[in-house]
Amino acid sequence: MSRSLPLRLAVALNGAGWHPAAWREPTARPADLFTAGYWTDLVREAEHGLLDFVTIEDALGMQSSRADGPDERTDQVRGRLDAVQIAARIAPLTRHVGLIPTATVTHTEPFHVAKAIATLDYVSAGRAGWQVQVSELPHESAHFGRRVVETGPRGVQDLLDEAADYVEVVRRLWDSWEDDAEIRDAATGRFIDRDKLHYIGFTGRWFSVQGPSITPRPPQGQPPVGAPAATGLAARAGADVVFTTPRDTDDVRDIVGDQSAPHVFADLVVVLDGDAQAARAHRRRLDDVDGAGFPPDAAVFAGTPGELADRLLRWHAAGLTGVRLLPARLPADLRAISRGLVPELQTRGAFRHRYEATTLRGLLGLPRPANRYAEDSVA
Amino acid sequence: MPKQIHLAVHFPGVNNTTVWSDPRSGSHIEFASFVRLAQTAERAKFDFFFLAEGLRLREQGGQIYDLDVVGRPDTFTVLSALAAVTDRLGLTGTINSTFNEPYEVARQFASLDHLSGGRAGWNVVTSWDAFTGENFRRGGFLAESDRYSRAARFLAAAGVLFDSWPDGAVVADRDRGVFLADGRAGAFAHRDEHFDIAGRFTVPRSPQGRPVILQAGDSDAGREFAAATADAIFSRHSRREAGQAFYADVKRRLATYGRDRDELLVLPAATFVLGDTDADAGERAAVIRRQQISGQTAIKLLEQLWNRDLSGYDPDGPLPEIDPDVSTEHIARGRASVRMHRDPVATAREWRARAEAGKLSIRELVIEVSGRQTFVGSPRTVADQIDDLVQCDAADGFILVPHVVPDGLDEFADTVVPLLQERGVFRTEYTGPTLRDHLGLRRPAATRAVPTG
Repeated sequence: MSRSLPLRLAVALNGAGWHPAAWREPTARPADLFTAGYWTDLVREAEHGLLDFVTIEDALGMQSSRADGPDERTDQVRGRLDAVQIAARIAPLTRHVGLIPTATVTHTEPFHVAKAIATLDYVSAGRAGWQVQVSELPHESAHFGRRVVETGPRGVQDLLDEAADYVEVVRRLWDSWEDDAEIRDAATGRFIDRDKLHYIGFTGRWFSVQGPSITPRPPQGQPPVGAPAATGLAARAGADVVFTTPRDTDDVRDIVGDQSAPHVFADLVVVLDGDAQAARAHRRRLDDVDGAGFPPDAAVFAGTPGELADRLLRWHAAGLTGVRLLPARLPADLRAISRGLVPELQTRGAFRHRYEATTLRGLLGLPRPANRYAEDSVA
Repeated sequence: MPKQIHLAVHFPGVNNTTVWSDPRSGSHIEFASFVRLAQTAERAKFDFFFLAEGLRLREQGGQIYDLDVVGRPDTFTVLSALAAVTDRLGLTGTINSTFNEPYEVARQFASLDHLSGGRAGWNVVTSWDAFTGENFRRGGFLAESDRYSRAARFLAAAGVLFDSWPDGAVVADRDRGVFLADGRAGAFAHRDEHFDIAGRFTVPRSPQGRPVILQAGDSDAGREFAAATADAIFSRHSRREAGQAFYADVKRRLATYGRDRDELLVLPAATFVLGDTDADAGERAAVIRRQQISGQTAIKLLEQLWNRDLSGYDPDGPLPEIDPDVSTEHIARGRASVRMHRDPVATAREWRARAEAGKLSIRELVIEVSGRQTFVGSPRTVADQIDDLVQCDAADGFILVPHVVPDGLDEFADTVVPLLQERGVFRTEYTGPTLRDHLGLRRPAATRAVPTG
């Protein structure tokens, strides 16, 4: 089905890059990770490459080399800023690229996240999205001190059920104002038509939310929601973009058939260089510096932009609608994407030469959805 | 040397101050409006931009209130975005301490402070009402008597988090392979009757150390809370005598907490109407008051005191003979101001007497009693009044609330500010990059208590 669609390309931004040793590269900017300038430069580079969107990774806890809690390492990047605010800080300085920050649903309030992403959509003129994340880590629960998250399969299932409710609430809040609710009718003195505002009246197992939102319906109506395929949350939450981690083309075929989302993106960590040997040497060097090696969830690609283009087009032909590249090194591998990979794809007629839409939904070919509460859409 | 005046602008929102029917009135939600007002304030060298918050749409008589502006953005998101289109202006906003958690809010404010280069400010407010709570997991769990206690503990917990990274913790020395000076940077633990939290905070100490803390609240408990914890107090007392009394009272309280007089600024909210002459401004002010209080608005505001449906009354007729209903749940919800009427029956009698004496209709009476314009006059008159109030210690400055969005500050910036600058009582250039610099506040030292074990 997706064969006829153009390839979509995104990058995931995370600290100094996805490789834990990336911050030690000569071109890295480790002293700038907590500045607006660093993030602005990265997103402008992505926009230079005409990418569909960037995701900005985040979590409620500290990065760690351990699965069970924070470590005390001093030789890797630790610390990060709130991703929604990074996205907002960048929004007025960019024009086209989609901005999809991570916001965690465990421990946070759906009402706050709904208005934050809606407002990001206003400040970016329709380029906001939201990457949903669950927090199952006990040390993150301790930051809130309100509940003990049950571990094991049952606890994880509960968290995913809760997350699905949360996404449903956020989506209802986005629709809780009809698009034409603001009437400014001087004759009757009414600023809004209150019949076009709706209580969402959600009651679930974990929380209830009455609504309406304090923020009017965002420009896109519903900013696109992204989630990883692995947990099943993407399907439960009706994600618009699902992120998968195929190893090879056969994997892609298997994965694509299982997804119901309009967009299936593959995550792929990349180390790029114009010379294939050099790219593989970069990767070895990073692994050597880090010592412990680099076991990401996604597959790792080290090679030239041309080789990467070959792989992406094979995956696209196998059914993926897009690829989210995880630059191992920032800004080096991002620059190789925007200035190496993208021209390569353009030469092959496989990627846009200019932005063809002003909103993220527009770039992704997703229509602006009708409002579930509007009478016209009921009929 | 005269005292230096502090000026801020409040993006006007969901009160009847905002004259949305004015032909110059723009969007209250499109980002361009926020940019416009913030850039005007920065051009005028204001200390900060202020954004209020409310977490549930107001209702009256069981229906969403529709006569004022309805709807507003998320505070953090707008302030972060404004950091991209301003360089020096402080960026402050209200964040409720009831329906949030310290870890998340501290993380957001520390992030905003980094992303704005040290311009973040936090107006800490409390809420207790179950009505707003219906939008949150927490619901209406908090007893009213606990609201300041939770707010104080919330702020203390946030302070622990703001201080959890020492200055200089990020080394980022790539040659030596040392990113952090200490592998436990951000480690924290805080326990009290409201919070029991521990772990690692993810945001390094921010440019201002911690955001500027603003506080509203006029009760004894509110004043005490401000004296103990705030950098600036957002007061309602903008008249000379009342202002001086309030000012003296809160400044006196500082000593109890080992703080100097200049460590807490008193910044009343103020509106203004300018004209070529004082008479001209007076005429404009009268027109604006009638725009702010339409007939329907007059009835709705009267209902907030009477606590009854008064829709059958004529706004151009006399006040109701019946007394307020004090027996039931309040007709207006999500509105803090109704609590100002402590004895509604007595207030109603007073208003009735005032209306009869002055032969005032409902609308005219409501115009008289419901707020006022603080500064009305020619630019010179207004500059005189502002300067006088600051020099006589009725205030340290003002948070101005224009009645038109988004260009309602332009006239003030173009006419009053230059007069204040000529007198040497208001800056002509920013002298430092941070909001603390603008307000003359020190960057606090980290009082870091590393948890043991």
